[in-house]
Amino acid sequence: MKYIDEFRDGALARHLAGAIAREAEPTRHYSLMEFCGGHTHAISRYGIKDLLPPNVEMVHGPGCPVCVLPVGRIDSAIELASRPGLILATYADTMRVPASKGSSLLKAKARGADIRMVYSSADAIRIARDNPEREVVFFAIGFETTTPPTAVAILDAAALGLGNFSVFCNHVLTPAAIANILESPEVRDLGTVPLDGFIGPAHVSTVIGSQPYEYFAEEYGRPVVIAGFEPLDVMQAILMLVRQLNEGRAEVENEFTRAVTREGNGKAKALVAEVFELRRSFEWRGLGEVPYSALQIKEKYRRFDAEARYGLEYRSVADNKACECGAILRGVKKPIDCKVFGTVCTPENPIGSCMVSSEGACAAHYSYGRFKDVPVIAVAAP
Amino acid sequence: MCLAIPARVVALPGPDAALIDIGGVRKRISLALVEGIAVGDYVIVHAGYALARLDPEEAERTLALFAEAAALLEAPGATP
Repeated sequence: MKYIDEFRDGALARHLAGAIAREAEPTRHYSLMEFCGGHTHAISRYGIKDLLPPNVEMVHGPGCPVCVLPVGRIDSAIELASRPGLILATYADTMRVPASKGSSLLKAKARGADIRMVYSSADAIRIARDNPEREVVFFAIGFETTTPPTAVAILDAAALGLGNFSVFCNHVLTPAAIANILESPEVRDLGTVPLDGFIGPAHVSTVIGSQPYEYFAEEYGRPVVIAGFEPLDVMQAILMLVRQLNEGRAEVENEFTRAVTREGNGKAKALVAEVFELRRSFEWRGLGEVPYSALQIKEKYRRFDAEARYGLEYRSVADNKACECGAILRGVKKPIDCKVFGTVCTPENPIGSCMVSSEGACAAHYSYGRFKDVPVIAVAAP
Repeated sequence: MCLAIPARVVALPGPDAALIDIGGVRKRISLALVEGIAVGDYVIVHAGYALARLDPEEAERTLALFAEAAALLEAPGATP
């Protein structure tokens, strides 16, 4: 398929790997964080790690919306879905995320809650129109890519005068999460997580543009290269980061110019600004409470805000004790450092959120890399 | 979650609507978040919405950049 196949060319990938190996200085260590789950998935799926020299290391970031959604938020969604007559519309990604007491949206659905998986926020509007006698709540999660579609849904609901539709808003912001990681003690003081540069988000950046990352380059002296989600995009971005670090530069560069501009998508940003405002604080799994890191629905559209409408109160709930998702999301640990990885916690029976979404660091490593950790032993036939 | 795919616009069946083709699969999506899309354009589709128009010239430029790294390696005297 056009614009996909040519960015997955194996021969070119080997050439790019050769260029990275040649340009990475052998005496130096390069620790690069891919913020997005989309990049984490590409790195695992295409074996990019195996193409890099040992001194170029990739650290997984927290850019997986399903992974960073705390237990308490899923509990609230289950609480909503359990109300008689209410329909909860949700992206399928959230269905298997573990909630309190071994529950999940999938289990709530099995118990009889009317939970419907939708592909698009427009589908949630359609359900509300088709069921005027029922209350319909759209469980909105995600970074800056899914936020504009939620804004459109709320504006459509207002235009249609849909009295039975509301949104449980859990939209979060990428720049706030990057700042939180750079400010974390592991990165800033302890130095236990060395971070030399970032691969910046692909599709989030189509909306917000490359401009918001300039602060990180200037203030924290870390280079950022925005990259597409195809394997060659990731390889090229790594090469560009190695070059910046070698030359002592810390700039925002854009590898994904075919879709990302400095300003981003003005129309989408205006729609988001019309409907949403900053939330004072929001809890992230792994990062804890992060100030001004999420959005809430403006007073003007309060009638579409499920939190106000149903008096939802947020209760923070601790993760399963055995689960290392929090440390993995901060880049402090790797999936294989977790005791339950691949044993108790698998994609079929996830204990932590990083094992749920295919973009989660644990799910990606489980699907594509778990046998690499096992030494191959040849046994002679008896 | 933020996954999105490039798809070709094959028809504009209504205001803010497009019919797209991804490897033979066709689907109606919303153009509410983008402007000035024409039939034949490639758009990046995410959860039923086009997020951006794909710039074919920039795509060519990026592919040329990959090829450049390859050419450098194959140049005489280069040690891969």
